[in-house]
Amino acid sequence: MVSQIIFVILTIVGVGLFAFNAQKVIRNIKLGKSANRSDKPQERWMVMLKVAFGQTKMAVRPVPFLLHLVVYLGFVIINIEVLEIVIDGIFGTHRVFSGLGGLYNFLIGSFELLAAGVWLACVVFLIRRNVLKLKRFSGVEMKTWPKSDANYILITEILLMSAFLLMNAADAKLQSLGASHYTAAGAFPVSAWLQNLLPNQIDTLIFIERFCWWFHIAGIFAFLNYLPYSKHFHIILAFPNTYFSNLKPKGQFSNMDSVTNEVKAMLDPSFVPADAAPGRFGAKDIQDLSWVNLLNAYTCTECGRCTSVCPANITGKLLSPRKIMMDTRDRMEEVGKNIDKHGAEHQDGKALLDDYITREEIWACTSCNACVEACPVNIDPLSIITELRRYAVMEESVAPASINAMLGNVENNGAPWKYSPSDRFNWSEGN
Amino acid sequence: MEFKVPTMADMMAAGEEPEILFWVGCAGSYDERAQKITRDICKILHHVGLKYAVLGTEESCTGDPAKRAGNEFLFQMQAMANIEVLNAYNIKKIVTGCPHCFNTIKNEYPGLGGNYEVIHHTQLIQDLINQGKLKAEGGESFKGKKITYHDPCYLGRANGVYEAPRKALEVLDAQLVEMKRCKANGLCCGAGGAQMFKEPEKGNKDINIERIEEALSTEPQFIAAGCPFCMTMLNDGVKLKDKEQEVKVLDIAEITARANGL
Repeated sequence: MVSQIIFVILTIVGVGLFAFNAQKVIRNIKLGKSANRSDKPQERWMVMLKVAFGQTKMAVRPVPFLLHLVVYLGFVIINIEVLEIVIDGIFGTHRVFSGLGGLYNFLIGSFELLAAGVWLACVVFLIRRNVLKLKRFSGVEMKTWPKSDANYILITEILLMSAFLLMNAADAKLQSLGASHYTAAGAFPVSAWLQNLLPNQIDTLIFIERFCWWFHIAGIFAFLNYLPYSKHFHIILAFPNTYFSNLKPKGQFSNMDSVTNEVKAMLDPSFVPADAAPGRFGAKDIQDLSWVNLLNAYTCTECGRCTSVCPANITGKLLSPRKIMMDTRDRMEEVGKNIDKHGAEHQDGKALLDDYITREEIWACTSCNACVEACPVNIDPLSIITELRRYAVMEESVAPASINAMLGNVENNGAPWKYSPSDRFNWSEGN
Repeated sequence: MEFKVPTMADMMAAGEEPEILFWVGCAGSYDERAQKITRDICKILHHVGLKYAVLGTEESCTGDPAKRAGNEFLFQMQAMANIEVLNAYNIKKIVTGCPHCFNTIKNEYPGLGGNYEVIHHTQLIQDLINQGKLKAEGGESFKGKKITYHDPCYLGRANGVYEAPRKALEVLDAQLVEMKRCKANGLCCGAGGAQMFKEPEKGNKDINIERIEEALSTEPQFIAAGCPFCMTMLNDGVKLKDKEQEVKVLDIAEITARANGL
């Protein structure tokens, strides 16, 4: 009875704390400007099903795709088992779904195979990161916390799966020894191999089974609450993020309505703009970005596929699209903490541009969209880079000298080079 | 040129309307290397007897480099002025010689009141081949020649046009070799996003060198391009690698014109 009460309290605290933190995440995302991404719901559902649920963009790299698929399926499917664990925890039952008979055995058997798969995949992932040291997982932005974060996630998953398998092994042994409460149920194709490692005393076995049971479920709640602080948040946010994907051609940059109003007013003095002037052209800080940019930042799991295909990064430039996303998230969380501590009006004198992302980075971008194409969850670093450039050029008039010269030529000559418009048709005289 | 390139003003004066407007673009108008491509596109249009016209001196920058550089004001000023000209001529269909113009007019002009059917010249060539109006005969033979095609970002990834340029090469009966990074995974030439007009940031290599090394690794006789900026970057790369004698960088339009003896 005591353990049931503890379990219920643990569940309420675990879920409640997560809801509290999730609310803060939603508040932070809403710091961004509005953007309409509610059109074409049918197409949006399809993109989400394909890209997030179906993982189609992962398949480009077969080895990580397969390993990730095992972990992903393990995560989704083993959660059915968590449902049983929760019911058992609340009502003090033992394997409440065992009434399903053959189907139950099949399910538990599959969970075990998946758990072993997840365990193995996570070990391989750890080796890839720490022993093989894949280039994709290094870079200036992948030091300190991001590096540890990745390892913590993998180690936690290995521990959770170990606890799950060990729990089953102890349970199965108790079942075979005829211990009371442990009615025979389930099939244990993997943990059967662990049984020999366990002692034969019923008391010790019960202790091991209970310990693993508690470790597994408490671990899951702890992991849930780790998500808002971690790159691992993608396991949830990948779904809304792909739903709110950009559905237009990648080359299409947004036309700024605020600018359209000004240009129209300039060309036609009688034109009266429909709405009031905006605060700022482009983005200096995260509040100037759209909520989609900010959702993107929380969704990023720092896999580095974007950076590994970025022509600027490949050739040794400072720009890394992954860093653009990580900086945006870091700055957003800083702004969020400021709001918690000092209220919504607080200014800390810092900004995304210059304090996090440098000019050198934004001017190195070729706008080639390779990063956008590579992202397995449809994150768009390019739109953040563009907004930062817009701020630099339109609000500050600060750009590399050659860019200013090009802009001057377009303005004066109608071409990016210093040629006379009257010579524009001269090509037709050549051969 | 052996024929006069018709302008919209001429057409209008004669009370005629073209089937398609050829949007030349700044590079195609002023850059010497790109001018050749422009003329070849005209030769193809002339050869198949399509009624076309250009804007001539009435054309102006689409505003693409300004937009990618972050100057939305300048972009919209350019766009609105161009749209005014295009709408005044009642233009319905446009073929561009440059993927950047193509992307801008096709995707970004509609929101500002410019609605046209826009295609890139490689798509026009594909259409003409499909309609049987264009073949690869009467000119230089590319049979068995090794050609690798470099996808321009603003044609490929930005707008999903991968097949049209390849179709134009397939009819040559040449040996088409793909680079490892092609189509959706194609590597940028380094000129996009207004990089064409500035020095690259500090790094350990220029992007066009990275790309040309990959292109040369396929041991091609020709590198096919579909964008005047890519053309500049790839040509510079080939020169730097001292491979000008062995490898020629040609636009799809130039290859098509050559194959047809235009």
